[in-house]
Amino acid sequence: MEQNDINITIIDREGVKHQIEAPTDMAMNLMEIVRSYELAPEGTIGVCGGMAMCASCQCYVLSETELPEMQDDEEAMLSEAFYVKDNSRLGCQIQMTPDMEGLEVELAPES
Amino acid sequence: MITTDILIIGAGPTGLFAVFEAGLLKLKCHLIDALPQPGGQCSEIYPKKPIYDIPAYPEILAGDLTDKLLEQCKQFEPGFTLGERAETIEKQDDGSFIVTTNKGTQHKAPVVAIAGGLGSFEPRKPLLENIVDFENKGVEYIIKDPEIYRNKKVVIAGGGDSALDWSIFLADVASSVTLVHRRNEFRGHLDSVEKAQELKNAGKIKLITPAEITAINGNGMVESVEVTKKDENPIILETDHFIPLFGLSPKLGPIANWGLEIEKNAIKVNNALDYQTNIPGIFAIGDVNTYPGKLKLILCGFHEATLMCQAAYQIINPGKRYVLKYTTVSGIDGFDGTRKEAPKAVVKKIE
Repeated sequence: MEQNDINITIIDREGVKHQIEAPTDMAMNLMEIVRSYELAPEGTIGVCGGMAMCASCQCYVLSETELPEMQDDEEAMLSEAFYVKDNSRLGCQIQMTPDMEGLEVELAPES
Repeated sequence: MITTDILIIGAGPTGLFAVFEAGLLKLKCHLIDALPQPGGQCSEIYPKKPIYDIPAYPEILAGDLTDKLLEQCKQFEPGFTLGERAETIEKQDDGSFIVTTNKGTQHKAPVVAIAGGLGSFEPRKPLLENIVDFENKGVEYIIKDPEIYRNKKVVIAGGGDSALDWSIFLADVASSVTLVHRRNEFRGHLDSVEKAQELKNAGKIKLITPAEITAINGNGMVESVEVTKKDENPIILETDHFIPLFGLSPKLGPIANWGLEIEKNAIKVNNALDYQTNIPGIFAIGDVNTYPGKLKLILCGFHEATLMCQAAYQIINPGKRYVLKYTTVSGIDGFDGTRKEAPKAVVKKIE
């Protein structure tokens, strides 16, 4: 494990649990981590490229990990998305940082 | 039947640049796109956002890039079939292809270049079990002819620009307009939000927030919808039309059934040569293709479009000699009769 990696858990859309190491020094967000590990097929996640404009990277946060506060555009996008729950976030708006060690999320269904 | 040299599916940046490169080889292009305007994602998803990795542009708005590409290929007079989705492809005995859209428009060309990006943009449908039963029977995801709403009761759902803009527009057309949105805030241009506020105050638009449509009722046609406000009991709202406007999401769609090799939701191509697919004469360029090391970047699409045109030239003009020419040297002869060329150097003797 690299020095700047953290351990996080991602449950994919088939319900499979993946324990992965996420770099925190490459300015990557959670959506990009999912893509880099190919945990969701290309074209079904990060469709807008990470601009909080499509909700294809919606996920449910299962751990108590402290995350960056939701900005207006993320909140607006989630208000128009489907399958939204109280713990919904857009993966593209969550930049990986060292204090997210232990983060656990589940990918929301494709819509 | 529309006939052309290269039929391009998808009018995004890659497709538009292909028109220019094809024009240099005296090949004519026609483009089909499911969206009503050219530009693809650049004009549909993020026209006002900057791009920083277009060579020679330190910063350019996606909408401006589209305008510049259109201007650059203008003299090669591309044809457009917009607002229609390429549905089927049939190979003819002479080796050409006929592509038919969902509206039945037919196109014939010896070469087809799929520049479809992530696919065609389809409306995102709310998760209501019976909604498909009411499609075109009172439920419309896209407003094509506003006149059908004249003196009708209309319910619109959504919180973005299109929900706001259509609510505003239909306020003068429909007998009543109700806008339902899951939250109190709307994400739209400031003037749209203000205009909607004005119409609400004047009683011309009814606003129900934060709320969701939770059911559609009717016998054949839409008769009413159930609106559920947060933490309240559902109410029934009589209406003739229900228009959910939750944006568009791209789907590979019918192209997936054309017999092309698909991998990772993209079309496999030969990247050692010309981005041809497993079907000779059909190419895939830009974000829609995949090969080892593929990067979904506009600049890569430009390169792929350029190589594709060279291969298309060989298919259309078999055995005909050609060498690459530089536009600075040879200038550009448009199909519209215009000519662009570098000014001639001044030659004068010093006495």
